[in-house]
Amino acid sequence: MIEVKNLHKAFGKLEVLKGITETINDKEVVCVIGPSGSGKSTFIRCLNLLEEPTAGEVFLDGEKINDPKADIDKIRERMGMVFQSFNLFPHKSVMDNITLAPIKVKGMAREEAEAKGRELLEVVGLADKADSFPAQLSGGQKQRVAIARALAMDPEVMLFDEPTSALDPEMVGEVLQVMKELAKKGMTMVIVTHEMGFAKEVADRVLFIDQGIIMEQGSPKDIFENPQNERTKSFLSKVL
Amino acid sequence: MQGYLQGIMIAAKGAPVTLLICLVAVIAGLVIGLLVAIAKMSKIKVLRGIATVYVDVLRGTPLLVQVLLLAYGIPQVIVSITGEQFNWGNFIWVGFIACGINSSAYMAEIIRSGLQAIDKGQTEAARSLGLNRFQTMRYIIVPQAFKIIVPAMGNEFITLIKETSILSVVGIRDITRMGTLWASQSFMSFQAYIGVACVYLVLTLTLSRVVAYIERRMANGDRG
Repeated sequence: MIEVKNLHKAFGKLEVLKGITETINDKEVVCVIGPSGSGKSTFIRCLNLLEEPTAGEVFLDGEKINDPKADIDKIRERMGMVFQSFNLFPHKSVMDNITLAPIKVKGMAREEAEAKGRELLEVVGLADKADSFPAQLSGGQKQRVAIARALAMDPEVMLFDEPTSALDPEMVGEVLQVMKELAKKGMTMVIVTHEMGFAKEVADRVLFIDQGIIMEQGSPKDIFENPQNERTKSFLSKVL
Repeated sequence: MQGYLQGIMIAAKGAPVTLLICLVAVIAGLVIGLLVAIAKMSKIKVLRGIATVYVDVLRGTPLLVQVLLLAYGIPQVIVSITGEQFNWGNFIWVGFIACGINSSAYMAEIIRSGLQAIDKGQTEAARSLGLNRFQTMRYIIVPQAFKIIVPAMGNEFITLIKETSILSVVGIRDITRMGTLWASQSFMSFQAYIGVACVYLVLTLTLSRVVAYIERRMANGDRG
């Protein structure tokens, strides 16, 4: 469970998050939507402290993570993250991308890590790509490897920061499919996305973030079919 | 023809000393340079300041002056402080230290540019997997940066081979010194220094081939 209390983030004078309070429950799939520049990426990056909050608190299972005494490396092991730009390690094979953290961080034996890696590649449909290098993969394949890499650490939560925004349209489906299956298995997920159809279908809850606050939130049905806030209405009328 | 051949043979006798000094200097330069590069990117202002001054002073003064200071200036200072006699014994130590430190300043800038060329997303991906700062450097950033800086480091090595000729001024028996000694004995200055030039050329050309080979091999590794 992730709890966020009165989260603020400023870059110099630019205030991006202006007080966000939110709880993400176990096994919940939460999609975050909103116009660009609204602060939704900053919000998700604060959840694993890739951005240091300026004020407010973030808790993972009751433990305050933006505390100077918190062991952030240990906490990050429990939260997987998938980026818009994949960020695979170009000098390592697909298998090495996946096994690096389990071996170096968790101290897992190589054979065990590779067995797990093969299992995960099966799940994302890339069993035949274990020995390929990132440069040999398409965007959709790269992103599926990135998902497998994050899953290899057995995270409790998966954070997705616009996972399909850098993909060619015909590759969006294969990535969303993997994410849907993950959601079905009960993974707790926070997903920043522009894929409204996906959000409608998969999300338990949708947050509409604009101007650094959560303007409106609710079930996909509420948000997409009966939005209350004027800004939500105007945003949805442009994207749907 | 005989004279030229002899010139080359005599100059070549200095090659082991030149190469040894270069090797020690490059290794020392790499290690110190890495530390200075990291200090220069540090969040701590004082550390950054010290690293900047270090690089500026070493790159902004001639190697010859640094060598003279180290060879003759430092013993004088040590004697006046401790009151005891001090000499370097073998000036090759001056060569190691002067070239190593001098090269570390250039190396620091090369390494820094390489480290900074790696996309920030690489660090973020590694850190979000739970790798700590050091592991991220060790497994993700440095291997990729290394690939980028190999050509520049090769250039630095080649420059260093030529620069060490300055050490002949304090009597280190390197390639240039051997040529000078023979020239003053035989009065065949032209043949002597042509020989010296030839030996340097062989070394630098060989080295640039080696660097090109390493570069090609590492580029292949990228594609599997």
